[in-house]
Amino acid sequence: MIRTENLSKTFGGNKKQPPIHAVEGLTLDIKQGEVFGFLGPNGAGKTTTVRMLCALIGPTSGRAWVNNYAVGEQNQQVRASVGILTEQPGMYDRLSAEKNLTIYAKLYGVTDVPGQVEKYLRMLGLWERRRDPAGSFSKGMKQKLAVARAILHEPATLFLDEPTAALDPEASKLVRDFVEELKTEGRTIFLCTHNLDEADRLCSKIGVFRQRLIKVDTPSRLKTAVFGRQVEFRLKQAEASLVDMVRRFDFVKQATLEDKRLLLGLDNPEESNPIIVKALVEAGLDVQFVGEVRHSLEDVYFSLINNGHNRQEVEHGTH
Amino acid sequence: MERIKTLIDKEWAEAFKNKMVLGTVVAMPLIFMLLPLFQLAVMRDIPASEMNDAPAGILTQCQVQNFSPAECMQGFLVNEFLLLFLLIPLAVPVTIASYSIVGEKSTRSLEPLLATPTSTTEIIVGKGLASAIPAIGATWLAFFVFLIGARFFVVSDRVYALFMNPMWAVAMFIVAPLMTVFAVNIAIIISSRVNDPRAAEQLGMLVMLPILMIFFGSIFGLFTLTTASMLAFGGLTLLVDIALVILGVKLFQRETILTQWR
Repeated sequence: MIRTENLSKTFGGNKKQPPIHAVEGLTLDIKQGEVFGFLGPNGAGKTTTVRMLCALIGPTSGRAWVNNYAVGEQNQQVRASVGILTEQPGMYDRLSAEKNLTIYAKLYGVTDVPGQVEKYLRMLGLWERRRDPAGSFSKGMKQKLAVARAILHEPATLFLDEPTAALDPEASKLVRDFVEELKTEGRTIFLCTHNLDEADRLCSKIGVFRQRLIKVDTPSRLKTAVFGRQVEFRLKQAEASLVDMVRRFDFVKQATLEDKRLLLGLDNPEESNPIIVKALVEAGLDVQFVGEVRHSLEDVYFSLINNGHNRQEVEHGTH
Repeated sequence: MERIKTLIDKEWAEAFKNKMVLGTVVAMPLIFMLLPLFQLAVMRDIPASEMNDAPAGILTQCQVQNFSPAECMQGFLVNEFLLLFLLIPLAVPVTIASYSIVGEKSTRSLEPLLATPTSTTEIIVGKGLASAIPAIGATWLAFFVFLIGARFFVVSDRVYALFMNPMWAVAMFIVAPLMTVFAVNIAIIISSRVNDPRAAEQLGMLVMLPILMIFFGSIFGLFTLTTASMLAFGGLTLLVDIALVILGVKLFQRETILTQWR
C-alpha cells in the first residue's frame, strides 16, 4: 500500500537556483493490490514522486508510507519492500543477464538466489540467453531483464516508470501481460506511463498529475466525471433546429449537432433515450443508430491537463 | 558485509572485463617493477667517471658510507626510483573508480543500485575496497617481486639493505594504503562532475603530481628521503584523506547523486 499526506518536493531555492516545485501537496491512498496509473506530461514530477516513494530522495514536506514503512524514517525497509523499474534499464552491460540478476538478488537479500533468478529469467523468456552479456540484448530484452530485476525479491509494491516506453509492440505486450499477471498476485503497482491505452487497460485507479494531483479515480469514473454521459443519435437527415427541439427537455444537459450526429449529454440515458427517440420519430426523422459515446482516457487526460492544472483543489473520486 | 562482498564482486567482474582498467592494473605495476630492476642491471658496471653527473647530495652520502661507484648508483638512484611504486596505489584506484562510478552514471545503472536496501556506507565501502584492494595488492606484489629480483642484480648486501630499510616498510604499509584512500575519494569527487570515464581517469591521474614532485626533487638532490620524512608524508596524507572522506561521503548521497550529479 501507498499513502501520502501533502507530499511536496522543492529543488533549488538558493542563490544559484530559484525554487522549483516539482511536487506539491500530493495526497494519495493506494490500497494493497491496486494498480495505480500515474499520468502526467514530461516534467510533471512523476519520477520525483516515484523517487520519494522509493526512499531515494527525501520530501521537502509532507509524509508518506509505503508498505506501512514511513518514508524518511524507515528508508532501508521501504527500499527492501519495493521494486523499481527506472526510466532507463541501467543494466551492467558487460555482465551476463544471470550475473546481473544474481547481484541484485544478493543486494536485496533474497534467500534462494539461483532459484529466483531462474524463475524470472524463464518467466520473461530470457533463460536461453542467460549467459549473454546484457549489453548484447535488444532494447526490449533489456527492459524485460530490468522488469525481472525489479520483481526478483518479490516486493509487495512495484514502481514501474514508463515500462513500455520505446519498446516494439511485441515487447510492450509481453511487459503488459506480465503486469497483468502481477496484478493477479495482489501486488500494489504504481505505474507511470504516457501510454494512456495501457493505463486504461491495466489500472484500477488513475491519478492525473502536473506538479499537483489534478484528479484521481477509476478510469470509468474519470471519463464520466469529465465528460458526463453522452449519447449519440445518428439520423438519416438533420437540421440545425433539431438542437432547439431537444433542448426543451429538462434532462438534456447539453446538445450539439455534428453533421447528422446529434450528441446529447444525459444523466440517465436508460430513461431518457426512449423519450428522445419518440420525439425524433414524431418530428418525422429517421433514427438509424443510438449509442453511448465512449470517451477514451486520452480525451480525459487532455481535458484535465489542459483545463485543470491551475485548479487549487484536488478532486478525489469516491471509492 | 554480504552486500559489500557482492558489490566488490560486481565491481571486479565489470572492471576486469574492461581492457583499459585491466591494462592499468597489470601494466603499471609491471613497468614500475621492471624499471628499477633494469636500472640495477645497468648500473652494475658503471665506471667511476659517470659519477661526476650524480647529484651532490647523493655523492656526499656515498662518500659518508664509503660506497663504490656501482654501489652508490645502485643504492641511491634505484632507491629514488622505488618512489614510483607509490604511483601504483594512486593510479589503479583512480582508473577503477573512474570506470565504476562514471561508468555507472553513463549507463544509468546507479539509480537501480541506489534503490536497493544497500546503505550509502556499504556502497562507498564496497566501491572503495573494489578499487583499493587491487591497488594495494598490485603495489605489494610489485615491490615483493622487485625485492626478489633485486637480489640477483645488486652488487653488494649493503645496497640490498637500502631496499629493506624501515622507510620502505612505512611507504608500503602505511603510505600506500593512505594513498589509495586519497585516490578513491578524488575519483568520487571527480565522478560527481564528469560524465566520461576517460575524462575522469585523465583528471584523476593528476593525483600523481605530488609523488612525481617528490620523485624529481629527490632525484635532483633537493631533499633526502628518510623514514621520518616518509612518516611525515604519511601523516599529511592522513589529514588530507580525512577531509576528502568527509567530502566524498557528502557527495555520495542518494539525493545528491540523483539530483545534482551532472
